[in-house]
Amino acid sequence: MAAGISRAWGWFRGNPWVRTALSPPTYLSLAFLTLGGFLAGVIFWGGFNTALEYTNTEKFCTGCHEMQANVFEELKGTIHFTNRSGVRAHCPDCHVPHEWTNKIARKMQASKEVWGHIFGSIDTRDKFLAMRKHLAEREWERMKANDSLECRNCHSSESMDLTKQNPRAASAHERFLFSGERTCIDCHKGIAHRLPDMSGVPGWQ
Amino acid sequence: MRRSIFAALISLGPCLAAGVIFAQDAPRLRGPEPFTKETPAPPMSRPITDDVRVMRNYPDQPPVIPHAIDGYAMDLNANKCMSCHARKFTEQSQAPMISVTHYQDRAGNTLGGLSPRRYVCVSCHVSQTNAKPLVENVFTDMDAMTEPERQPERGRR
Repeated sequence: MAAGISRAWGWFRGNPWVRTALSPPTYLSLAFLTLGGFLAGVIFWGGFNTALEYTNTEKFCTGCHEMQANVFEELKGTIHFTNRSGVRAHCPDCHVPHEWTNKIARKMQASKEVWGHIFGSIDTRDKFLAMRKHLAEREWERMKANDSLECRNCHSSESMDLTKQNPRAASAHERFLFSGERTCIDCHKGIAHRLPDMSGVPGWQ
Repeated sequence: MRRSIFAALISLGPCLAAGVIFAQDAPRLRGPEPFTKETPAPPMSRPITDDVRVMRNYPDQPPVIPHAIDGYAMDLNANKCMSCHARKFTEQSQAPMISVTHYQDRAGNTLGGLSPRRYVCVSCHVSQTNAKPLVENVFTDMDAMTEPERQPERGRR
């Protein structure tokens, strides 16, 4: 065991790339390396975040025809797209967590969606409709797991004035939302896109 | 010759009068402007959302919807109305249950669930808006016709 480790270590140190990387610089100054490294870091990190933010825009999301022709078209008729006060919920407002760690986790999951785009898993309307229940269930599950966090980024229950709601909505919120018995997505499914076949989904018949 | 012209003019009179009367009587649903002229659309009317049940004008009138139904799913995949008005959800929603007739097919056989012919709620049940009627409504309640003596006020309404 110990001999194996020391052999592996020896091989590692003997590797010419590793030897170069571990030896002090011969030509470049310390100032160049530290300041240059700092600048390169700034450029890399800024570039990374800029690219990340670019993937978080409505333009990027609707850049592929799967989103443009299906879900974006459906969003257009809803109150989250146009309304009296002119506030619009863009795709990432609901579908990408705003907090950094969760955002990166979601972005890594989204690499599967790039795969789906390249191999055309929903590149026709029929394929999309066949997959819709699966796609919707994934989003419902995600929002149920995080207590509808993306809804609450705008609609917080603390700032919800029940007296301004009609009595029916107020009593439903009082009974189910404020008691913590349910979360937003349990009742408010299909508010931004059309629904899949809802048979078997709780609360639907 | 002269007499026939006179007769024609005389007979034209009632026709014109009738035309004027009928023209006044015809409901001008599109307003006073002639149909050849394009008129701006009237403003959107606001839905009535007070949740107060509206009396039916006759016993088998489909009750009207006293709340907004904007964005409610109503297609082959989903029926949002049934999420409150189906029998099994009425306790949590406190909404009126759909009528028992909605569990029957057209032959009168009772079914286990909502009859397909009753599926599209908004075919009969409609939400209300604050739009003003375009023509006067001369509907007379059945009670006012059958038992006028028992009505607090005679006649319409």
